[in-house]
Amino acid sequence: MAIRTKKFSRRSPLAAVIVVLAGLLVSGGSYVAATAAVTSSAKAEVDQATIDTGKKLFLANCASCHGKNAEGTANAPSLIGVGAASVDFQVGTGRMPGQASGPQLQVKPVQFKQEDIDALAAYVASLAPGPEVPTEAYLAQTGNASHGGELFRINCAMCHNAVGAGGALTQGKYAPSLRNTSAKHIYEAMVTGPQNMPVFSNSNLSPADKTDIITYLQYVQENPSVGGDELGNLGPVAEGLIAWLAMLGGIVVITIWLGAKSN
Amino acid sequence: MAKNSKEVAKHEEVAEHDYATGLAVITEDKISDPGIEPHRVRMTDKSVKHEKAAARQVALLFAISILGSIFAIWAYYAFPFDDTNASSLRINTLFLGLGISLGLFGIGIGAVHWAKTLMPDAEVSEERHQTRGTEEVRAAALEVIRLADQESGFSRRKLIRRTLYGALALFPIPAIVLFSDLGPNPKDSLRHTMWGAKKNTRLARDPDGTPIKASDVQIGSVFHVIPEGLEKLEAPHMLNEKAKAAVLLVRLDPSEIKNDKEREWGYDGIVAYSKICTHVGCPVALYEQHTHHLLCPCHQSTFDLAEDCKVVFGPATRPLPQLKIEVDAEGYLVAPGDFAEPVGPSFWERKA
Repeated sequence: MAIRTKKFSRRSPLAAVIVVLAGLLVSGGSYVAATAAVTSSAKAEVDQATIDTGKKLFLANCASCHGKNAEGTANAPSLIGVGAASVDFQVGTGRMPGQASGPQLQVKPVQFKQEDIDALAAYVASLAPGPEVPTEAYLAQTGNASHGGELFRINCAMCHNAVGAGGALTQGKYAPSLRNTSAKHIYEAMVTGPQNMPVFSNSNLSPADKTDIITYLQYVQENPSVGGDELGNLGPVAEGLIAWLAMLGGIVVITIWLGAKSN
Repeated sequence: MAKNSKEVAKHEEVAEHDYATGLAVITEDKISDPGIEPHRVRMTDKSVKHEKAAARQVALLFAISILGSIFAIWAYYAFPFDDTNASSLRINTLFLGLGISLGLFGIGIGAVHWAKTLMPDAEVSEERHQTRGTEEVRAAALEVIRLADQESGFSRRKLIRRTLYGALALFPIPAIVLFSDLGPNPKDSLRHTMWGAKKNTRLARDPDGTPIKASDVQIGSVFHVIPEGLEKLEAPHMLNEKAKAAVLLVRLDPSEIKNDKEREWGYDGIVAYSKICTHVGCPVALYEQHTHHLLCPCHQSTFDLAEDCKVVFGPATRPLPQLKIEVDAEGYLVAPGDFAEPVGPSFWERKA
């Protein structure tokens, strides 16, 4: 009896191991259950046939640069782990398939139907987990435009301009204008960091923050400038050019008229 | 004999430089003063029809001015400024300004047109007089100076003269001492940032102030960072601190980092650098993920993040200072202390 009491009071050295194992099982199990629930709902739409279609499209259109198994070549990066969002952005904005090598891939007319883009994305997503195409809930412009504006000015405005008009980078690269970019593509660009743009993952800007930023960009597009014509929002260069040409030109014309003799 | 030969030599020399044909400057034919242009009679002086037309034009310009002023008064009331609608201010100022400028423009252009077409246009010339005074005036002025010197004894009394020079030379010096105290003395505030205020300050997101875990930072991502607690400071003080303490946090593949110090001061490829340009203090924040170049938007100074932010282009002369970072027990990124050197542009007392 005394021995038993002693044993129970001091605990078996195995007890700690058992507790840790049980904890790991519970947390890991619940994590697996939770992610399984999420992925199964997402995967429900993507069947094997779509992935097979995507693979065929990939082999016909992308494999010459990205490799037959998307492993990458000297000409193009590996696509393993870039996720569906990356494919949807690059192909959905017409940047891919690339037309010509240069400092930066250009936007051009989209080369695929959306269902083909979805199939390609499904195939690339099936290779390894990566950022997914955002659902409509994140793209609805119902966020806080004021908070979005603050985040945009801190994280994005240095390259994309304070109202998303775009701007120049080094050696021919540039940050494109966000004027005609859809909410989905803006979201995907933040998650995937295409080309030289840094990644703004959900651990940096939460999905709610991203929604706020999209709401802000929508707001500045829909609300006209109260200060008159925006002149492309290019700042003092465009404004100065117009002011000097129009104002100085007008002054020169008036001066010539003042000095000329009447007929 | 010797004298003679010298003269002959001299003569020959001159002969060598004799510009007889074609090269001499012709002085007789210099451009003469063209005088006043011949008077040209205006159409308004020759024909009554043109004169009447010009008079009507002037009157029309004044009438435009009248209409502009009336329009401005009307527009002021017709397009009131509504507090709740910012674009109403634009309409209000646009039409008000248009009316007032038409009012002024009509008067000005009308008056000039009147003078040019209808007022007498006979050319009149007025000769300028010499700027230099006459001999008598100059002599009188010199006499006044001589008399003043004689009566005051300025040239004669050496002691007075020298002490006066000394007094005049020293008089402005107190102003220089005074000006040196204008404005607050920055003391050593340019050398310290909020990172050094306490040990192990956590790195936090700008502007929300939420701390960042090392596991949050993906390769290729950029975080705009403030010291934790900065967002809680009062407004003017907060901005002063932010202007010095702003940091850019980037994660590179550790194998891409070419500088040992940079790797050691970072954590597993995560590195933190001051966001304040060493040229004139703009926020350097244009980061190119693949080239690892960090670009300043003001004067295009470019820093290579893979090589301890050394300057690869532009007017900046010093690399961006690196902030040493570590990871605390809970996995959050912390700065053990301040930057090793003052951040931002050079200042008077800064060495190198």
